[in-house]
Amino acid sequence: MRFAIPIVVFLLLVVVFSFGLFNDPRELPSPFLGEQAPAFEVESLTEPGRMVGSADYTGKMALVNVWATWCGGCRQEHPFLLQLARSGAIQIYGINWRDNREEALRWLKQLGDPYEFSAFDADGRVGIDWGVYGAPETFLISPEGIVLHKHLGPLDAATWQEDFIPLIEAGAPSS
Amino acid sequence: MRKLVACVLLVTLASPALAIDTDKAFDDPQLQARYEHIIEEVRCLKCQNQSIKDSNAFLAGDLRREIRRMLAEGKTDDEIYDFLVARYGEFALYRPRMSGKTLVLWIAPILLLLAGGFVLVNILRRRMAMPIDGDAAAEE
Repeated sequence: MRFAIPIVVFLLLVVVFSFGLFNDPRELPSPFLGEQAPAFEVESLTEPGRMVGSADYTGKMALVNVWATWCGGCRQEHPFLLQLARSGAIQIYGINWRDNREEALRWLKQLGDPYEFSAFDADGRVGIDWGVYGAPETFLISPEGIVLHKHLGPLDAATWQEDFIPLIEAGAPSS
Repeated sequence: MRKLVACVLLVTLASPALAIDTDKAFDDPQLQARYEHIIEEVRCLKCQNQSIKDSNAFLAGDLRREIRRMLAEGKTDDEIYDFLVARYGEFALYRPRMSGKTLVLWIAPILLLLAGGFVLVNILRRRMAMPIDGDAAAEE
């Protein structure tokens, strides 16, 4: 009986710490979840002079993918994005974040272009408006323009199946 | 020996002198002071244990640029913090503001201190009530 309280306290700490241990501190909850996604309009990467932005995908379910050629995770997820775009499951819109135009164009030419457009966010303003802090980041946007889900890091088939498909089918925010 | 000590001191004391954001942003000293204060309060989201003042990640540079722009536009400090919290969440600020979401952060230390004090008082009371065996044995 004497040890009841210390043991309970110890077990509580174990629960708290194991919760902390399996949480990725780099994964921050997006304040936009369930909120209106930020609007943007910037120059297209592939067609200089043409403005592209959030107006192009309003009214349909869209995937907004923040990518850059300097980002290793982007290269990793690229084949899956191509496959996803080819399957016709969803339209993918790119935000080319803080990148070099020539290198970005070469990337799309060599690896393939899964994007309906890539917005050329050279100075990172759109990235800041979207609360982007580490590419790749992928946002699922509802036809009404609500952020349904945000995925940090490379996207793959398993994550897509688990986190995105149910939301696309239900059309509701993920938390 | 003295040389060795001097070397150690040189190496250990020299590192804090590394500065990232050395350019003066504003001519107005008041604005400059506010700028320097704000960038110390904002976390670099990319390199989470540095402020954007200490970080040379490009995201920190971009955020410093946005903060300079907002200061130049005459935004208040609170408006600037609101801008950051709306995009990156309360985590972006080293001193999260008191709100429903962060309340537990603010009151947990007080509660823990009270709990500790309670345990301490209990133990001391019990000790005072105990017969002093050691002294009694020594007297015999």
